[in-house]
Amino acid sequence: MNYKLIAGIARALLLARWRQTLVAAIGVTFSITMFIAMLGFMTGLNKLLDGLILNRLPHVRLFNDVEPNKNQPINTAKEYKHFHNFIQSVKSAQSRSEIHNSATIIQAIKADNRVLGFVPKIKTQVFYNDGSIDFSGLIDGIDVAGESKWYHFNDYITAGRATDLNNVSNSIILGKAIAQKLLADIGDVVQVTSSKGDRMSLKVVGFFQSGILDIDKVQSYTSIATAQKLLGKTNSYITDIQINLKDITQAPAVAKEYVALFDTDAEDIQTANSQFETGSSVRTLISYVVGITLLIVAGFGIYNILNMMIYEKMDTIAILKATGFSGKDVNLVFITIALSIGLFGGLAGLFFGYLLSVGVDNIPFNMSGLPAVKTYPVNYNPVYYFIAIAFSLFTTYLAGLFPARRASKVDPVIIIRGK
Amino acid sequence: MNDTILEAKNIGKSFRDPVTVQVLQNITFSIRKGEFVSVVGKSGCGKSTLLYILSTMDTDYEGELLIDNESMVRKNGAQLAKIRNEKIGFVFQFHYLINEFTVLKNVMLPGLKLQKYSEQEVEERAMQRLKKLGIDSQANKKANLLSGGEKQRVAIARALINDPLIIMGDEPTGNLDKKNSEIVFEIFKEISVEFNQSLLIVTHDQGFAANTNRIIEMEDGRIIKQ
Ligand SMILES: Nc1ncnc2c1ncn2[C@@H]1O[C@H](COP(=O)(O)OP(=O)(O)OP(=O)(O)O)[C@@H](O)[C@H]1O
Ligand SMILES: [Mg+2]
Repeated sequence: MNYKLIAGIARALLLARWRQTLVAAIGVTFSITMFIAMLGFMTGLNKLLDGLILNRLPHVRLFNDVEPNKNQPINTAKEYKHFHNFIQSVKSAQSRSEIHNSATIIQAIKADNRVLGFVPKIKTQVFYNDGSIDFSGLIDGIDVAGESKWYHFNDYITAGRATDLNNVSNSIILGKAIAQKLLADIGDVVQVTSSKGDRMSLKVVGFFQSGILDIDKVQSYTSIATAQKLLGKTNSYITDIQINLKDITQAPAVAKEYVALFDTDAEDIQTANSQFETGSSVRTLISYVVGITLLIVAGFGIYNILNMMIYEKMDTIAILKATGFSGKDVNLVFITIALSIGLFGGLAGLFFGYLLSVGVDNIPFNMSGLPAVKTYPVNYNPVYYFIAIAFSLFTTYLAGLFPARRASKVDPVIIIRGK
Repeated sequence: MNDTILEAKNIGKSFRDPVTVQVLQNITFSIRKGEFVSVVGKSGCGKSTLLYILSTMDTDYEGELLIDNESMVRKNGAQLAKIRNEKIGFVFQFHYLINEFTVLKNVMLPGLKLQKYSEQEVEERAMQRLKKLGIDSQANKKANLLSGGEKQRVAIARALINDPLIIMGDEPTGNLDKKNSEIVFEIFKEISVEFNQSLLIVTHDQGFAANTNRIIEMEDGRIIKQ
């Protein structure tokens, strides 16, 4: 097959009708531009929103939960062995939320080469006291360095310094909304009461704002040592171990394994946060649907132009066939025309899509909860550019398919006789 | 010795719409290498229809057609296209050129399709033929800018590009004035004598026919004299 010749003929036909060709190509360019810009923006937004929550979540979390006793007496009765038993006569024990043998578990996690990093944590409920008012909240005792490294704790400190939790004894970083309620400023002392009733005075060294008000209204942070002191526990006491893995997709498997291995509860990020995945995929889906719809419209434009071209160029097709070009050659000529509209329109679309993305990327966007974000988020993932050009070639190919087949079936005798 | 290059055996053709009309019946003749044959007959007697069959563009007929001692009956579209490209040169009444291309490119096109010679060789061959027909000065003009007589000469150059076994023409001078008709006839005569080129030309021009080697006369779809 002499493809150079076919391409030359396709080019000549295209240039003879360059105005219409241009309009068709602009249609493709426009849809690819929108496709790229929309997907870039949408997935950028997805990343940001997911990051808001998922960035701060461990891939696997080990903890001890209050659960009903699994060994209910009825299960030991032989005749009911294969039944589903509802009678639960042994109540849930006041299980300790402490992780037993935390030192050994930490050793084991350290040795596991699937693990990227981990931090221990103490979660506890407290009351914040302000004069005669008490309100409940949560305090996490954290390893500041680890928490900053793995869960971006630093990014959410709006005033003060995270490291002061270690440097200043009995210190606390308050949720922004709590600080407002308590009228507390940095350097002030606030009173908290543990669930056991012990009171403690803590010095405010910073404010924390996650961007999610429900969290900021209840959550504060201290160092692990301060939390142990508040609870009156020894320095081996921890309630949670947060683990990040090298490969996040392994989280469910690892969680399952650790449950068996360490006799604790374990929760993986996929199970705990499936709703975020859904939100992201719906947004991405919408972008694809809009992009593809635009492309289909552009495809119809190409279809029309090719049909018109075939009607106008009947003579040319007849001559080609009379002088020895086969139906397949003619078919190839028109497919080439369609694909080159798709290719050049698509490439221009990638370029303009990139420019538009850069434009969006420079629009100021101030989100109160996210001091690190100054402009609209845009994702420049090259995968979308590949998908876009593949789509544009595919749609233009489809648009060219039927006209090309018609052209290949033109009977030169009818055309020549018709003169 | 068998130097027959084209043979029609009992060819018949009928159109079925709206009623069946037999347009060609029992067409049997053959053409030998180097013959210059003209086909004459009243308007509507089936000359063009026959020519479309002989040129393999029309495949819907009865009987058998042999080109270069090869039957055309059971060949597919691509095979027939190859035979048209390689073995048949066609000149139409209305000078069919591709207006998007230059004169030279028009002549080169079937040669490029054949892929027997390199692009450069095809170009040289095209120029030789254009020179032979006295229109080499127009080689780089767009085809639609030429006069009718010039266009027809370009079409002949195009028909010659692959050294075909036979050149077929359907009233190639039918649309030209007397002077241009004579030029075209002279060209045919010349290539017939000089290159021993076989020609099969349908014509209404009695003078044209009289100067060819052989006249096939048709009436109502049959050959009445050959
Ligand atoms: N597609 C068709 N359907 C039906 N009848 C047709 C068709 N094509 C041609 N005919 C008929 O076939 C007959 C032969 O036509 P053809 O064009 O071969 O004649 P011709 O000898 O070339 O005439 P002319 O000298 O005027 O060119 C005519 O009667 C014509 O009406
Ligand atoms: Mg005719």
